[in-house]
Amino acid sequence: MVILAGVALFLIVQGMPAIVANWQSNPELNDGFTSAFDSFWAYVGPLLFGTLWSAAIALVLGAPIGIGIALFISHYAPRRLAGLLGYVVDLLAAVPSVVFGLWGIIVIRPFLLPLSDWLNTYLGWIPIFGGQVTTTGSTILAGAVVLAVMILPIITSISREIFLQTPRLHEEAALALGATRWEMVRLAVFPYAKSGIVSATLLGLGRALGETMAIAMIISPAVIVSFLVVTEGQNSQTIAANIALNFPIASTLQRQALIGTGLLLFVVSLAVNMIARYIVTRGSSKTGSKKKRRPRPLVVPTGDATSTLTRDLVADKNTAAGPEGASA
Amino acid sequence: MSKRIEVKDLNVYYSDFLAVEGVSITIEPRTVTAFIGPSGCGKSTFLRTLNRMHEVIPGAHVKGEVIIDGNDLYAPGVDPVMVRRQVGMVFQRANPFPTMSIRDNVLAGLKLNNKRLSKSEGDDMVEKGLRGANLWNEVKDRLNLPGGGLSGGQQQRLCIARAITVSPDVLLMDEPCSALDPISTLAIEDLIKELKEEYTVVIVTHNMQQASRVSDRTAFFNIAGTGKPGKLIEYDDTTTIFSNPTVKDTEDYVSGRFG
Repeated sequence: MVILAGVALFLIVQGMPAIVANWQSNPELNDGFTSAFDSFWAYVGPLLFGTLWSAAIALVLGAPIGIGIALFISHYAPRRLAGLLGYVVDLLAAVPSVVFGLWGIIVIRPFLLPLSDWLNTYLGWIPIFGGQVTTTGSTILAGAVVLAVMILPIITSISREIFLQTPRLHEEAALALGATRWEMVRLAVFPYAKSGIVSATLLGLGRALGETMAIAMIISPAVIVSFLVVTEGQNSQTIAANIALNFPIASTLQRQALIGTGLLLFVVSLAVNMIARYIVTRGSSKTGSKKKRRPRPLVVPTGDATSTLTRDLVADKNTAAGPEGASA
Repeated sequence: MSKRIEVKDLNVYYSDFLAVEGVSITIEPRTVTAFIGPSGCGKSTFLRTLNRMHEVIPGAHVKGEVIIDGNDLYAPGVDPVMVRRQVGMVFQRANPFPTMSIRDNVLAGLKLNNKRLSKSEGDDMVEKGLRGANLWNEVKDRLNLPGGGLSGGQQQRLCIARAITVSPDVLLMDEPCSALDPISTLAIEDLIKELKEEYTVVIVTHNMQQASRVSDRTAFFNIAGTGKPGKLIEYDDTTTIFSNPTVKDTEDYVSGRFG
């Protein structure tokens, strides 16, 4: 908590001069990579958009796969394969992001070229696939694919743990009704794991937001708001990658501007993580309150039950057992 | 609706461990059959083989035949999913789907069968199922509340409603009252007597009074010792088992001399 506050304080103190500076008249800011922007907000806006956009694409690609792998490991795979697969996915988390970046440059970019062409040719009428199609592959799509691989481990391992905690009783209830394995998953596992899946996804989002190297190394960026995913030079830059690329060439005030963008990234990822935590705790407190609530219906009808019991002795058993007899 | 169950020389294994050995039994339609015996004697295990639920546990398998209405459940090509749709099951602890409403819980099995239900059909099925489980009057005003909010006995009857809504041929009950208080138990027992009109009911119970109250026929299971397989010792009319059993072990058990 102290460190967190310290980081926040550092970002605010360091970033403030650039945030409040006059971007139109300041000679330092009118030079180099900040020259085209009228204010700090005009500069950070597109960057923030790029950050969210790339993370969103990564999430759309990565979350279903991650959840699918988790489900396969927890409920479908034979035990030995499940152990191996879980281990391999966890190992993905240990790969340095620079390595992922290199892999993205050398493998993913050429790999995605035919797909980009295809998307542009046949689905070009959908705005995000339009524009001048890439020739090098340095697209935000490639960056997002690499990001998706990077967030896989976090999403997979958290959802797998939650899936494994599904009460056996609920699974058996579904199976005994004649549910296939997939129907059992839908009936028993998903409802139980819903909040866990959401928080796993949000933690993955947090990781994708802050990721630097994959984006910095792969995409050919511009500080603009652009939804296009298969072009080069029109990809929205992300905050983290922008800091990494421009920090060495920045002047003092530009450096402070970059720190200011970092402050915004800090705020956003903090918010995402807090929402994730909130959903997790709300999910657990919901089951907790359910446990607390359970005795309440027990307490209220007890009076009824005793009276029913007395009546039961006199009256016909069948009628007594009907309405309130068993509510205790 | 109601079908005869014939079991021929059934052995149940957990991996290599023989849990139940050589059970042969014929269960008539429209009867309540109780399985009694000490813990670990394999009655629950055997019950679960009747709808292939034991297969959920890795390594569990059987040798022998379970024939319901002329069809061997363990013949090659028989889908356990289809078996379980014919043979419903109620568990020891009530297990309604906690996030689903009472209504959705009752309809859960029907929806699995991919039936498209109109709202009114669904309403009818819900009412029929809940009436069948003697729960309708208690919950008719709160069908859209979650099933987890009911009391233990109500939850168990909700599970019975859920099981009978798919119109199974046979209803298996694995100690359905062991987690309930006497009042709820009474309600379930009355319900079992009604269910007998339409279904073949098989119930596992530790409560011998319960077995004598609800069942027509009783099967006594026992084990020779820990690690030995469970066996069917005696199977006869309930009155015979409790008043005049032929096997000494049965008499000792039902008279409370051991177990």
